[in-house]
Amino acid sequence: MHINRSILKLLPYGIIVLCLAGLPAAAQLKLPAGFKATVVTTDMQRARHIAVAPNGVIFVKLERLKNGKGIYRLQDTNGDGKPDKITGFGNYVGTGMYLKGDYLYASSNTDVYRYRLDKDYNVLDPDKPERIVKGLLDRGEHNSKSIVLDNKGNLYVNIGAYSNACQLSDRQKGSPGQMPCPILDSAGGIWEFKADVPDQTYGDDHRYATGLRNVVGLDWNTATNTLFVMQHGRDQLSDLFPQYWDKKQSAELPAECMYELHKGSNCGYPYIFYDQIQHKQILSPEYGGDGKKGPAKQYQDPIMAFPGHLAPNGMLFYTGNQFPEKYKNGAFIAFHGSWNRAPEPQEGYYVVFVPFKNGKPAGNWEIFANNFAGGPDKMQPGSAEHRPCGLAQGPDGSIYVTDDQRNGGTIWKISYHK
Amino acid sequence: MKTISFACVIAVGAMALTTRPANPAAAWPAIPDPTSPAQGGIQASITRGKQVYLEQCLACHQADASGVPNMNPPLIKTKYVLGDKAALVKIVLNGMHGEKIGDDDYTGVMAPHPDLADQQIADVLTYVRNSFGNKASAITVAQVKAIRAANKPAAQ
Repeated sequence: MHINRSILKLLPYGIIVLCLAGLPAAAQLKLPAGFKATVVTTDMQRARHIAVAPNGVIFVKLERLKNGKGIYRLQDTNGDGKPDKITGFGNYVGTGMYLKGDYLYASSNTDVYRYRLDKDYNVLDPDKPERIVKGLLDRGEHNSKSIVLDNKGNLYVNIGAYSNACQLSDRQKGSPGQMPCPILDSAGGIWEFKADVPDQTYGDDHRYATGLRNVVGLDWNTATNTLFVMQHGRDQLSDLFPQYWDKKQSAELPAECMYELHKGSNCGYPYIFYDQIQHKQILSPEYGGDGKKGPAKQYQDPIMAFPGHLAPNGMLFYTGNQFPEKYKNGAFIAFHGSWNRAPEPQEGYYVVFVPFKNGKPAGNWEIFANNFAGGPDKMQPGSAEHRPCGLAQGPDGSIYVTDDQRNGGTIWKISYHK
Repeated sequence: MKTISFACVIAVGAMALTTRPANPAAAWPAIPDPTSPAQGGIQASITRGKQVYLEQCLACHQADASGVPNMNPPLIKTKYVLGDKAALVKIVLNGMHGEKIGDDDYTGVMAPHPDLADQQIADVLTYVRNSFGNKASAITVAQVKAIRAANKPAAQ
């Protein structure tokens, strides 16, 4: 049999063209059996938190302006699953996005605004939002202001600590922890405001919970009627205190913690951290700890502890009816993905699920959606294709996941089909 | 889908066999520069510098120097790495906080590293300037010494 050699030479290129044509543009998410992810858009770079209206309209907050706008409203008017009516508004960057009743709430890194919506979830006066909270601290580090509302007209806002561990000189070896930590008067906690009163700011009555280093993922649990938050734990135990922790231990510690908060909760930052291997609160080394010693006074314990540095950026209690029974009232958490595990392999870049029963975790957490990074070799913050960030539930019980990677910008809709 | 993936592997493999790299030298991180006064030559400086990088820099700037978006800047082809040597040495000596690079804000805090020896700073910066796709001249011990002598760190 005679085969033309030039055709043979071209064959591999031809196969590659076929392969490229057949592959989706975005990384293929790995999901449990029966679940399917569809790409809503790939055009929302630096998308942080997301809200979905009862009619399916999507609102997404960006941390970088896109054509001068920091919030986008995405509507699919012809039912093909892709938004075809896309409008931007809000000339500020930020993270928070939450929809309650007739209002859309959005945060910059210093303020919280709300926008009145009509019955079709159009924004009535996009250039004139009502400023509900003003003048919150933004010193760069941990400056995002996540927001959520309860059912009684209260707004909860995270104000992250502008520090790793409240050292006199941040992240500097040998620099002592400040006692008391002066950051806590205006950051490192959750503040509570009225959802309908303009121009509120700091004040004695507003601090709801303290001792939280930085919270990005949070949600109001309607089953327990309480606020749940995910704390980003401290960095650099081994860099700063190699005498107590090696690089392997420092990659796992401290835990990323889930807390159920009440008015007056104190979770102990910066004086302690939670060690999920020893199952106890550990005195921070900047405050005299040695990796074993506990604090003189106990702080609130986490309700669940996850491995270190995974960076929980989104949290959602599932109240829909579409997913199988075990998901009802459980928590989804978007783990943005670690950086402070290097030189150990990075971890995260996935969405996990925690089953809940009677308001408490009822079993271990499991990975729900994986492969946002696009492969094990890309599991680094700078090279991951996508980094999961915001979570929201749609009216049909599907969930949505955003991606804030600089060249990412994908929003996925994850649905269950028997 | 599996069949398609397998075909892709075969195709890429076939390409690898039928094509040659355009520039074999590109596979190496750096070409020794005979004009460099670095101790033991630039290649030795790069080798030593890699060890300093692993110990002092990798935790934040990452193994591939791609950094952490919004926090720790990448060290790949930025003007900070490839440009003015004095400015670069001073970043190591004095640390850095809150910098805009290109369109990106980086809010991470880099601690000062005045405890590093002149040789270590020369080596690690020479390594960074000749790795991760970067190509720039060496930084010498004498240069670091002179920059350190003239350096007045900002009050903490």
